[in-house]
Amino acid sequence: MAIEVRIPTILRTYTDGEKSVQGAGSTLDELLTDLDSRHAGLRGRVVDGGGLRRFVNVYLNDEDVRFLDGIATKVADGDSVTILPAVAGGMA
Amino acid sequence: MRYDSPLAAVGNTPLVRLPRLSPSDAVSVWAKLEDRNPTGSVKDRPALHMVEQAEAEGRLTPGCTILEPTSGNTGISLAMAARLKGYRIVCVMPENTSSERRELLTMWGAEIISSPAAGGSNTAVRVAKELAAEHPDWVMLYQYGNPANAGAHYATTGPEILADLPTITHFVAGLGTTGTLMGVGRYLREKVPGVAIVAAEPRYDDLVYGLRNLDEGFVPELYDESVLTTRYSVGSQDAVRRTRELLQQEGIFAGVSTGAALHAALGVAAKADKAGERADVVFVVADGGWKYLSTGIYTAPSTEAAVAALHGQLWA
Repeated sequence: MAIEVRIPTILRTYTDGEKSVQGAGSTLDELLTDLDSRHAGLRGRVVDGGGLRRFVNVYLNDEDVRFLDGIATKVADGDSVTILPAVAGGMA
Repeated sequence: MRYDSPLAAVGNTPLVRLPRLSPSDAVSVWAKLEDRNPTGSVKDRPALHMVEQAEAEGRLTPGCTILEPTSGNTGISLAMAARLKGYRIVCVMPENTSSERRELLTMWGAEIISSPAAGGSNTAVRVAKELAAEHPDWVMLYQYGNPANAGAHYATTGPEILADLPTITHFVAGLGTTGTLMGVGRYLREKVPGVAIVAAEPRYDDLVYGLRNLDEGFVPELYDESVLTTRYSVGSQDAVRRTRELLQQEGIFAGVSTGAALHAALGVAAKADKAGERADVVFVVADGGWKYLSTGIYTAPSTEAAVAALHGQLWA
């Protein structure tokens, strides 16, 4: 078992074009560090200093991690993490 | 109910319980039917409020041209108000929105400027800002940053819901301009201790996000994270499945973004039910299904076929 991380098109240059990759860790922070060991540069596009970049949204099982514990959010095997660019949308 | 003009008939929409989709007697899911507004969407509220606010401030005067980036509904609402009040209106809309929306805008007399599909609404916003700079005499009401957008919901939608359902525990709506969630959310937080304000954000397929640059993302100026309790990302698959369930089980014919809001509403309802808590969950039916008929999602033989039909389109 591992944690599945869905990668947006714009970041697939770091994952050899893969739409999703697997990683490990007990927090989102650790998971991103683990991913960066195989996909160098990926972490820096998502995290800036101690937090998420402004125009990047990360979801744990579809819930925005900013409303959980940010990059300190606990993750576990079987979870699904989605990284997406912030967009204008909805019924606008 | 009697009103003195069509514009006066905005708001005062029904709130209906969904007996089949509610998980139990203790946990009810309620639909706020915003498709019952004059042009058929929740956007009649902010559109009219923004126009009247701009008139009151003297920014909008007879003969003015209104400019707005819109994926459809706000433009349609503004176009109707503009026609009745005598303004010209120019809408900037992503090219990958449904043909019905274009027809409706044209029907109300709006001029449409298409923005590239690749950047979705982000690009429509950018193009509109460029046009505003080129035409300083045009009045951009700018729903993403106009406090009157959230103000409309604070003044009308929030009080209507609370009057109809004082026992409300959760409010769920789609996240676009964030106006509905900010306005209703602020109002309910002032009146209902512990109320949860839940956002359902549309998650499109790769085709829509494709060329989106992470460094040039967009967060609406209206957005205030502290108003929300949490925020869910809802993919096309779940949004379409729930839109079809709402039609088949409760007879409500709604647009696809409503399916996304319903998905989040059923999620929090199930959570409350499992925890043995009482809950009254209200979600917003932002518009009816009419504008999405050409996608074929309502009559497709399966959810999978319906999702395939929607591929690459901005459904919210």
